[in-house]
Amino acid sequence: MTTLQVMFVLVGLITVAGGLYTVLARNLFHAALGLVVSLAGVASLYALMEAAFLAAAQVLIYIGAIAVLIIFAVMLTEGVMGKRPRANDQWGYSIVVALGLLAVLLVTLYRFDWPQAAPAAVPADSIVRLGKALVEPDLYVLPFEVASVLLVAALIGSIYIARDKRVEK
Amino acid sequence: MDWINTIIKILNDPFTPAGEALAKWLSGFMPEVGVPVTMMVIRAAFIGIFALVMFMVMTWIERKGVARIQNRIGPNLAGPWGLLQPLADGVKALTKEDITPDNADRIVYNIAPILSAAAAMLVFAAIPFGPGLIGTDMNIGVFYILAISGMGVLAILLAGWSSNNKYALLGGFRVVAQLVSYEVPHVLSIVATVMLAGSMSLTGIVNAQPVWYIIVLPVSAVIVMLSGMAEVGRSPFDLLDAESEIIAGHHIEYSGMKFALFFLAEYVHAFAVSCLVTALFLGGWLAPSPWVSVIGVAIMLVLMLIGSALNQSPPGAEAGSRGGVIFVTAILGMLLIAFSVLAQYGLTVPYLWFFIKSIMVFNIMVWARGTLPRLRVDQLMSFNWKFLVPLSLANLIVVSLADRLAKDGLGLRAGTWPWALWMLAFNVALLLVAFALVGSAGRHARVAEEAPAAEADARDEHGEQPHHEEHAAHGEPAAAAAH
Amino acid sequence: MVPLTWYLGVAAILFCVGVFGVLARKNAIAVLMSIELMLNAVNINLVAFWRYLEPDKMAGQAFAAFVFIVAAAEAAVGLALIISVYRNRSTVDVENVDLLKW
Repeated sequence: MTTLQVMFVLVGLITVAGGLYTVLARNLFHAALGLVVSLAGVASLYALMEAAFLAAAQVLIYIGAIAVLIIFAVMLTEGVMGKRPRANDQWGYSIVVALGLLAVLLVTLYRFDWPQAAPAAVPADSIVRLGKALVEPDLYVLPFEVASVLLVAALIGSIYIARDKRVEK
Repeated sequence: MDWINTIIKILNDPFTPAGEALAKWLSGFMPEVGVPVTMMVIRAAFIGIFALVMFMVMTWIERKGVARIQNRIGPNLAGPWGLLQPLADGVKALTKEDITPDNADRIVYNIAPILSAAAAMLVFAAIPFGPGLIGTDMNIGVFYILAISGMGVLAILLAGWSSNNKYALLGGFRVVAQLVSYEVPHVLSIVATVMLAGSMSLTGIVNAQPVWYIIVLPVSAVIVMLSGMAEVGRSPFDLLDAESEIIAGHHIEYSGMKFALFFLAEYVHAFAVSCLVTALFLGGWLAPSPWVSVIGVAIMLVLMLIGSALNQSPPGAEAGSRGGVIFVTAILGMLLIAFSVLAQYGLTVPYLWFFIKSIMVFNIMVWARGTLPRLRVDQLMSFNWKFLVPLSLANLIVVSLADRLAKDGLGLRAGTWPWALWMLAFNVALLLVAFALVGSAGRHARVAEEAPAAEADARDEHGEQPHHEEHAAHGEPAAAAAH
Repeated sequence: MVPLTWYLGVAAILFCVGVFGVLARKNAIAVLMSIELMLNAVNINLVAFWRYLEPDKMAGQAFAAFVFIVAAAEAAVGLALIISVYRNRSTVDVENVDLLKW
């Protein structure tokens, strides 16, 4: 096992452990913290795959903003009470479905004929290429602009939905 | 004269040969695969210890500086000039009782200060102290620093929640709102420098500054400085975690070493922001060219002479102190000019220049803390969303327009003085337009407040003069908030 | 060198953990957190395919960036909805918000 593989196994274990803690924790705040650990693990996986921009973007967007938003929502809805049951009635069927899906996915993965060659090197100016890909007319400028419109719509929509209308009366 | 060249090379960069010697000594008794990992650990420990030592220096500078601005002396009992005061503070923090409140979430309560301090210290991994003296030269250096600052926001929220105290929770909410709001102009103004330098790597940005970016992008520099100060939570933006406020903020329940960790996180982050501003706008580890430093020192001495001639000492002040300060400044100015001349001949000593510049920037932060009053939270938010964000968006557009015009229209090359002066002209025009707009908005607000009140007065007291001074006083805070 | 299947395996496990969370948790915010886990698993897949199959074209990274954007927008609107439901019904259990059930 090379160093890289050891690091990958560690990071993968942390990510999956964080995810399991998220779905199994009684205290909702601890579940949010498990999500943060899992997101940090995913950022480390991006860094291992030499996608540096995505790793930093993951930390900035997910941990710096979305996790904070989720923790705010937990605090505002007071869902932190720990003694209530955490799973609903169909948790048995859920385990069966999840394990079945996992089995199907893993069998498909190991049966497929993946290319065995070592991966090519990432070009040194990958960030410049990513930037150009996002604004070039024959690459991805249209999804980029649509995504910005989506964000404005989400911004206005979420402010309007979460506004406290009792204040105005 | 070979020994002079050797001395110059060692002075310029003592760390790389020391690192290589250490690696060779380690590979004597360690297997080959362990040496790079151990060297990485040693480098990380060195940078971490440097950050902590700078924390001690920063607290000393801050306490002495703020004290002098407030016309007192500051700590002078622990060691000569109070230099050992940070050590005394550390001992006090370690010996204080470590209280955990009832029903506080123990794990989260203990993790929050550690996460805060870690996020502050992780920034130093990407700061360039010299041409090869950087923790790790990522090609996304600036973006990494922004991401780590975003992670620090989470730590404050955890601290506010886990203290099981409504005031801490509310304080934590407000701090997070302030930090997240001020990230927007911070990022937008840093994008302007990245755009001009063509690279997100901090070494690349420093190398793109034969003319320092503070001349090319002054508006961006000011916005990054202001929002950096707000990101750290320093005055005048520290309403939310100042000791004299009723809601003392998210670290109200912390005592002893945990509070010292929060304190450490704030000062280390402030120094990290100073280093970032130095690397982005003040040319990092590049020495100024000699005639620039001559002009700079001359301007500073002239300003100090004019200032001391106009300044009236309070009765009883020591007579010779003003002359002493000007004398010391003149000596330091001569040293500065001498060093910048030496830099032309090869003795660049990059880490020393970087260090001096970042301490100068930190001094500006201390100056702002000592002289400016605190902003209220609504003034803070409206300053950000109504002034800084539109200004930084306009700045980005104007800078890219000016750069494109210079490169394609006039054929100026980046990094030369004509290009820099062209960009400076556009920036000054942007500032004038911005202040004119804000000034007219303030005038409208003042007139709108005066008009109905003037009518009411004219109706109440027939023939009496409406009181313009009081209405002007009402109008001033609105105009100040709009600024 | 880490084989591609290891990355895809981790992504598959994370995805199934997310599926279990979505189906089995009662609290609406916990369901949203599990959805974020699923989106992250998909992102790992995309970036792994980019790295191992075509590292010189930026399609994988661009697609992953768009998934970031959509996930952020969805988290914001979803949490706003949950807060609004909490204000009107004083509950965040997904089982109690069932007015449209027959």
